[in-house]
Amino acid sequence: MRDTFTRCLENYAREHKELVLITGDLGFGVLRQYIAEFPEQFINAGISEQAMMSMAAGMALEGKTVVVYSIGNFPTLRCLEQIRNCCAYHNVNVKIVCVGAGFVYGTLGMTHHATEDMSALRLLPGVKVYAPADAVETEAVMKVFLSEPGVAYLRIGRGGEPINHEEGTLADYATGKALEQFSGTDAFILTAGGILPDAIQASKILAQQGKSVGVASFPTIKPLDEAYLSKLCQQVPVLFTAEEHTIVGGFGGAVCEFVAGQKDNRARIVRIGLNDTYCATVGNQQYLKAQFGLDAEGIARRVMSVLDGNE
Amino acid sequence: MSFISSKELAYRIRCHALEMTNRGGTSHIGSIFSMADIVAVLYADVLNVDPANPRKPDRDRLVLSKGHAGAGIYAALAERGFFDPEQLKTHCQNGSILSGHVSHKGVPGVEASTGSLGQGMPMAMGMAMAAKLNGQKHHVHCIIGDGECDEGAVWETALIANQYKLDNFIVTIDFNKIQSLAPVEETIALEPMDDKWRSFGWHVIRVDGHDHDALHRAYDEACAALGGGKPVVVIADTIKGKGVSFMENDVLWHYRTARGEEYDAAWKELEAQKP
Repeated sequence: MRDTFTRCLENYAREHKELVLITGDLGFGVLRQYIAEFPEQFINAGISEQAMMSMAAGMALEGKTVVVYSIGNFPTLRCLEQIRNCCAYHNVNVKIVCVGAGFVYGTLGMTHHATEDMSALRLLPGVKVYAPADAVETEAVMKVFLSEPGVAYLRIGRGGEPINHEEGTLADYATGKALEQFSGTDAFILTAGGILPDAIQASKILAQQGKSVGVASFPTIKPLDEAYLSKLCQQVPVLFTAEEHTIVGGFGGAVCEFVAGQKDNRARIVRIGLNDTYCATVGNQQYLKAQFGLDAEGIARRVMSVLDGNE
Repeated sequence: MSFISSKELAYRIRCHALEMTNRGGTSHIGSIFSMADIVAVLYADVLNVDPANPRKPDRDRLVLSKGHAGAGIYAALAERGFFDPEQLKTHCQNGSILSGHVSHKGVPGVEASTGSLGQGMPMAMGMAMAAKLNGQKHHVHCIIGDGECDEGAVWETALIANQYKLDNFIVTIDFNKIQSLAPVEETIALEPMDDKWRSFGWHVIRVDGHDHDALHRAYDEACAALGGGKPVVVIADTIKGKGVSFMENDVLWHYRTARGEEYDAAWKELEAQKP
């Protein structure tokens, strides 16, 4: 995802001289090519996320499209009020990029676990939130992320994520569209971000146990694909949401908020994610996901438990 | 030169602000009065702005980072012709767009909305940065408070502006020596202020923030220094509540609204100062 992001950014910067990339002193090795090719469209703001975010708003008020790059919680929670007041209220073209979704930086400890960012950003009026699952979704999302007006947030992994779509199949992706991988009759697992392949694998495990579980990816969590959800929540009895993120207020929260307002006979929602907790141990991404039941086996166990009527 | 003198504009800003805060039952009159002369000199004689074309590309920008003194900016803009001074009567009234902390939405001449301290200054820096990248020659001004200098983002901005040699950026500090609860030096001491900014790489000018001749000279020097590779800071020594004797240097008037006899007495004092 990260390499796709930089490639798309470079292509866009070549065509759009108003684009400026600001980094909070991070991106060694990732941004090198961009910096070499576009020195006039690059600023390192140093380790100053608060001033960086306000500065980005000021530049955008002057007509720039400003991409703010950092990792983990630094471009989001660290400067959340600046995003609210300076960027969102002024409705400027500031595009915030976080590399390190969820447990990507698992060994670095809880300061580097981005597990509340989607909740925080989707709180803010007018801010779009994108959480692509792989390189193909990232490429699809980058077009709308950079070109549509206003503040947007993009949350991506580090790289090497499994590909879940054929190259080029999402070329005409529109903001707010869910991508159904395949259908099911017993339940659906809805995902945001890099957890998609775990959900696909979980569905295969469940199929072996006689359950038909569909899977859909939501590269955009705000705005949510309400048309798709309103149909789906009348079709199957249970919708599971899966995210490498807290279940409070994030993707699962967004689905709950929407479905709760739908007519009767709607699906039950079960949220799979971090259950309102921090992670005090370390490990690589796959290890930590398994610890919290966010790998394929964990997701399959949870779905089976619900479908069996145990919870 | 403007259509009215900076002294006349400062007088009108104070009169409007007294009336606006009284009508709205709002606070920060001390903070508005302390910067009134600075704002008046800037809008009367320094800033290249055009009320008939508030968004003209080559205008100078001014961001009020101490947004709580927004009534002073609204008053200056109205008197400068950006909108009808009658609209000032809606300040802080139900349904008004003229909020206590300055807002740009629907208000011609206001460049940015502020109110959370330490955010307007880096926004203004972003405007200066964009002007540099675009090869534009206009100047970007920002007014910050002294208590606002407690905010880390002020010093982040001071570092970045120096690093990028933003010599199109003039920050004026309204150094009125009193913040929300107590004197600045008893809260988070800022002196030696000049040395701090000089050590951050800025061109430093210190001035009496109520002496219009001195302010004019200070901004002449500031504008002359632009292009010299350094951002410029004008440290303006001011008096909180300046213009009404019983408000001056009293922390009470950070939040208090003049009402009844106090309002009448304040009016009397201001009227006696009409240029």
